[in-house]
Amino acid sequence: MKHRDAADFDVASVRQDFPALHQRIHGKPLVYLDSAASAQRPVAVLDAMDTYYRHDHANVHRGVHTLSQRATQAYEGAREKIRRYINARTTAEIIFTRGTTEAINLVAQSYARPRLQPGDEVLISLMEHHSNIVPWQMACEQTGATLRVAPIDQHGQLRMDAFKQLISDHTRLIAIGHISNALGTINPVAEIVAFAHEREIPVLIDGAQAMPHTRVDVSALGCDFYAFSGHKMFGPTGIGVLYGREALLDAMPPWQGGGEMILEVSFEKTTYAALPNKFEAGTPAIAEAVGLGATIDYLEKLGIEAIAGHEHDLLAYATQALSQIDGLEIVGQAESKASVVSFTLANAHPHDIGTIVDHEGVAIRTGHHCAMPVMNFFGVPATARASMALYNTRDDIDALVAALMKVRQVLS
Amino acid sequence: MELADLYRDVILDHNRSPRNFRRLQSPTNTAQGFNPLCGDKLTVYLVMDGDRVDDIAFEGSGCAISVASSSLMTEAVRGKTEAEARTLFERMHALLAGETGEAEALGKLAALGGVRQFPSRVKCASLAWHALIAALDGAQQPAKTE
Ligand SMILES: Cc1ncc(COP(=O)(O)O)c(C=O)c1O
Repeated sequence: MKHRDAADFDVASVRQDFPALHQRIHGKPLVYLDSAASAQRPVAVLDAMDTYYRHDHANVHRGVHTLSQRATQAYEGAREKIRRYINARTTAEIIFTRGTTEAINLVAQSYARPRLQPGDEVLISLMEHHSNIVPWQMACEQTGATLRVAPIDQHGQLRMDAFKQLISDHTRLIAIGHISNALGTINPVAEIVAFAHEREIPVLIDGAQAMPHTRVDVSALGCDFYAFSGHKMFGPTGIGVLYGREALLDAMPPWQGGGEMILEVSFEKTTYAALPNKFEAGTPAIAEAVGLGATIDYLEKLGIEAIAGHEHDLLAYATQALSQIDGLEIVGQAESKASVVSFTLANAHPHDIGTIVDHEGVAIRTGHHCAMPVMNFFGVPATARASMALYNTRDDIDALVAALMKVRQVLS
Repeated sequence: MELADLYRDVILDHNRSPRNFRRLQSPTNTAQGFNPLCGDKLTVYLVMDGDRVDDIAFEGSGCAISVASSSLMTEAVRGKTEAEARTLFERMHALLAGETGEAEALGKLAALGGVRQFPSRVKCASLAWHALIAALDGAQQPAKTE
């Protein structure tokens, strides 16, 4: 049965932009429901990278020759696109990293570590991805500071009352996910930033899951740091961004040393380059940055609001369809939620679910989703997770439901 | 690659009703197995009588493959000498690594051979066996498949 999807969004034509979607897995058409782990790429991104490598590649910032200038323009052009897209004030505030993980580690080591003292606290939440937990644990271990963890409720929502109570004179930094990858919960980040700033506490937002789903305006949010990854938003792997307020980035020491990040080197003294280069030691991922720039163009062309509307429709449809399966429990039922559905199925371990639905062509994620504390909170070793992106359809959800029936049949 | 090769009847049966699925009150040896990839955790309990495995049981949570493998293992290892148990481990290892010629000597355990066509699931089948060896070694650390 064919369904119509949200009217103002031409999903059929969007799907044509993604070559990887059009293949068979175990003889069945691929149904890709694992975009929260990593999304697929549109042709526009593949072409941008290919063109860059075929025609424009050289090292950046170093040569006077034409290719080096073209490469520099392409690389810096991508930075400007990102600046504009997230509404940062200047490109000095856009640091290219390998991804969200590296961006958070940069802040933990270069911002937090030199400032933290015994007795100081860093506040995170229970629903964080490991990459927004471990870097803070490391910085706390290195400095004698304490990591505080705000609790969540049974629906998978941050308990804001408890969160606010955990903020004290000792809180030096708050690091919070915009959207939870394991539960889909959208956190009230604007409220958190406002509350924290009244107390002059800086806030880092892990935006890995938010960029493909929502408009992110760092100036309107007012956050101090915002981290995201290219590959979750239909861009390349190996590239991501740390947005940081210029005043904060300026005051931070470089994290890694090497080429690109210096002004002048002698054995007596090295002076560092200005932002953003100060934090980009070594030859960067140039083609990946170019690809990320193309991703931004692609998202702007479709319009993130239209994308969000389409996904909202899919989430409602999937929640309804999955809830009807006997023994299926949705883990994470926040009121404000992105298109992620984590679930368990009675008598079927997520690992078995993953293998069996794969044989029906359906790709979902199974496991702890790099959020072991969330699994412990809900008392499950793992969940199965279907995550939907702009190219998914109601038919994809129907295929998932049919595949879950197959799980029943195989394991019964 | 057929699903039925992975989920053979013996495996489904042992998943539905795992044998020796309990905690032993006074084990002489015990070890945990943990697969961080899927969150599978299990504990293997042994009662050794000298050189012989007098009793063996397991508990924990895991996927069908890991539960069935644990269950089949307890049946196969009970009553064996330590040396025989270690030989069985080697044979299982070879089977899961895709070496042919082991199936004959493994009897019922050969049903786990289908797993080798599913590389992401091999560790599910080997977890209990790693825990068994850790228990025999008297290891303090949980066994991992990594
Ligand atoms: C919420 C969240 N934060 C951080 C990350 C880490 O991103 P990356 O692995 O691209 O650095 C992920 C990706 O899994 C994520 O979902």
